[in-house]
Amino acid sequence: MAAHEEEEGGVAAGEAKSGVGTVAGPRQAPLAAPLVEYLLRLGDDRLILGHRMSEWTGHGPILEEDIATANIALDLIGQAAQLLKLAGEVEGKGRTEDTLAYFRDGVQFRNCLLVELPKGDFGDTMVRQFLFDAHSVLLWEALAGCGHAGIAGIAAKALKEDKYHLRHSSEWVVRLGDGTEESRARVQRSLDRLWKYTAELFAADEIDDAVAALGVRVDAAGLRARWDAMVNEVLARATLTRPAEGAAQRGGRRGRHTEHLGHLLATMQSVARAHPGATW
Amino acid sequence: MSSETSWPLWEVFTQGNAGEPFEHAGSLHATDAEHALQNARDVYARRGEAVNLWVVPSSAITASAPSDAGPFFEPGNDKAYRHPQFYKVPQGIRVF
Amino acid sequence: MTQTTVPQEDPALLAAFEARIAAGESIEPKDWMPERYRKQLTRMMAQHAHSEIVGMLPEGNWITRAPSLRRKMSLIAKVQDEAGHGLYIYCGTETLGVDRHDLFNQLLDGSAKYSSIFNYPTLSWADMGVIGWFVDGAAIVNQTVLAKASYGPYARAMVRICKEENFHKRQGFEICATLAKGTPAQKEMLQDAVNRFWWPSLMMFGPSDKDSPNSAELLKWRVKRKTNDELRQRFVNLTVPQAQAIGVTLPDPDLRYDAATKNWEFGEIDWSEFWDVVKGNGPCNVERLEARNAAHDAGRWVREAALAHAAKNARSVSAA
Ligand SMILES: [Fe+2]
Ligand SMILES: [Fe+2]
Ligand SMILES: [Fe+2]
Repeated sequence: MAAHEEEEGGVAAGEAKSGVGTVAGPRQAPLAAPLVEYLLRLGDDRLILGHRMSEWTGHGPILEEDIATANIALDLIGQAAQLLKLAGEVEGKGRTEDTLAYFRDGVQFRNCLLVELPKGDFGDTMVRQFLFDAHSVLLWEALAGCGHAGIAGIAAKALKEDKYHLRHSSEWVVRLGDGTEESRARVQRSLDRLWKYTAELFAADEIDDAVAALGVRVDAAGLRARWDAMVNEVLARATLTRPAEGAAQRGGRRGRHTEHLGHLLATMQSVARAHPGATW
Repeated sequence: MSSETSWPLWEVFTQGNAGEPFEHAGSLHATDAEHALQNARDVYARRGEAVNLWVVPSSAITASAPSDAGPFFEPGNDKAYRHPQFYKVPQGIRVF
Repeated sequence: MTQTTVPQEDPALLAAFEARIAAGESIEPKDWMPERYRKQLTRMMAQHAHSEIVGMLPEGNWITRAPSLRRKMSLIAKVQDEAGHGLYIYCGTETLGVDRHDLFNQLLDGSAKYSSIFNYPTLSWADMGVIGWFVDGAAIVNQTVLAKASYGPYARAMVRICKEENFHKRQGFEICATLAKGTPAQKEMLQDAVNRFWWPSLMMFGPSDKDSPNSAELLKWRVKRKTNDELRQRFVNLTVPQAQAIGVTLPDPDLRYDAATKNWEFGEIDWSEFWDVVKGNGPCNVERLEARNAAHDAGRWVREAALAHAAKNARSVSAA
């Protein structure tokens, strides 16, 4: 199969006289304007995580928790709607938060991989939420004082919501870690599995540099140090072992996702895409 | 059916606005006080119904018995002298 | 649940109790009440609570597919409220000395009943609109009168619930009204959902008064305030003009306005379908119970861990 393709490719390449100039492309597709990319990252993280959390509605371990997880899902999707709306406005091509949520394909999504993983069991969900919340609270704290009024406004409101999420998720990590033998083993496994996806939360690139120039500046190293301290404190209370730093999984910021995202979007976008142009 | 133990029951009291009295909102299940507070926030204050919450283990509440109703409360009904309307103030004085 | 025979009630206590009911007083948990009253209330409240909980499933089925972010949030908030409703009412039964856990187990093992409507599948997005409009609409008709029921904790739960149900009905009707003004496919989707949910919604009010053995006693003690047929008629009278307003038809060729009674007369309800669903043979009875059991089983280690953690904390606090 591979050999056959190579042969055909070889013939085609041989015939192309101008050769290198036309076939050589950039390593990656060009990105949108930095601020748009940045807002899509923030918005997609929360849209996809909120969607995952909403999958618990009606299926939680106890009624009280059904209500709590629904609240978290609502906050996250609400934040996403604001961020994507702003992304569309900054982009200036007439895309709304709904166009962005429902009419982009997987490779156009900019969320980190951590948030798109299946919800797993309740421990997986709470550990993921905790790792994300700890980052999110610190990020909003930084952005609430940033030089972009739109982002600062969203950050100030989201900070209040996420502080509560963090309280909820960290208490659950402690309960499950320092609970029964079974729960401790389960939630340690969750932590071990999810750890390699956390590095992407901190990976700064040229988009971060570009928006910093626009006043949207976050001290990445300082944020990481504070996150480490928060996470260590909770893991210690939970009697859980912090996994060693190993090979990280990343790619979401450039549209290189896990296979899970496609299935999530196929479900999420199904109705909207079956009726393009319809109003709901 | 299962030998599972239920989470303890808590009573939730909400204060609608600063300075107002706390009112009983309902109850819920939680494993400890912090947990009960968090659940109360989600169950009884998700529409902004409260600015403060109290949670109390249901088992800690002692209620008056219905048979107490007469002896407990009726004697309070005929003590008119506890109410300001009982007292006459000379006409023309407006501070009251 | 005790299996003792119904005790002979003290006539003097019973007379005093019925006098309080007649005077419109509300009965509180520790008040004396006839054993039959306690039983009927527990049965009714448990069924109601179970209905709220199972009712999360058919709508939860579309949360992940809601076609706009606004609709997604409304639907999550709505299904979340239903969890709250179940919780409020279970708490009401706990004041009668019945543990929520025991009631829940009766739901899980299939021995308890819940509203038949939730055993119908949700097949399109329009079902989210029609359920809000019909099913929550019917619930409001029911619950508005239950808010004046004689048992204080139940009535108080109903007051809180009714406020929330109004949001449910409005968001449902708004979905329907939007679809009704939409593309031909959207209109078709809406009409289909209306056709599927109309008759099951009428069945929500329960059997006709002549086939409802408990009604007389429940009415006398103000556990119920209106008969099933009265409430059903009220629902039809409210809903028909709403259907006219958005231009959908209701699947009943016998539907007609009677100027003398000012009622919308409707056709014969297929009670064999109703009893089939109640007895467990509805289209989704099995799936609904499986889903509840799956969530409960998958959550056991979580609930146990939380208890174990609290116990450890309590020990370390008392040791300190
Ligand atoms: Fe409800
Ligand atoms: Fe209801
Ligand atoms: Fe409802």
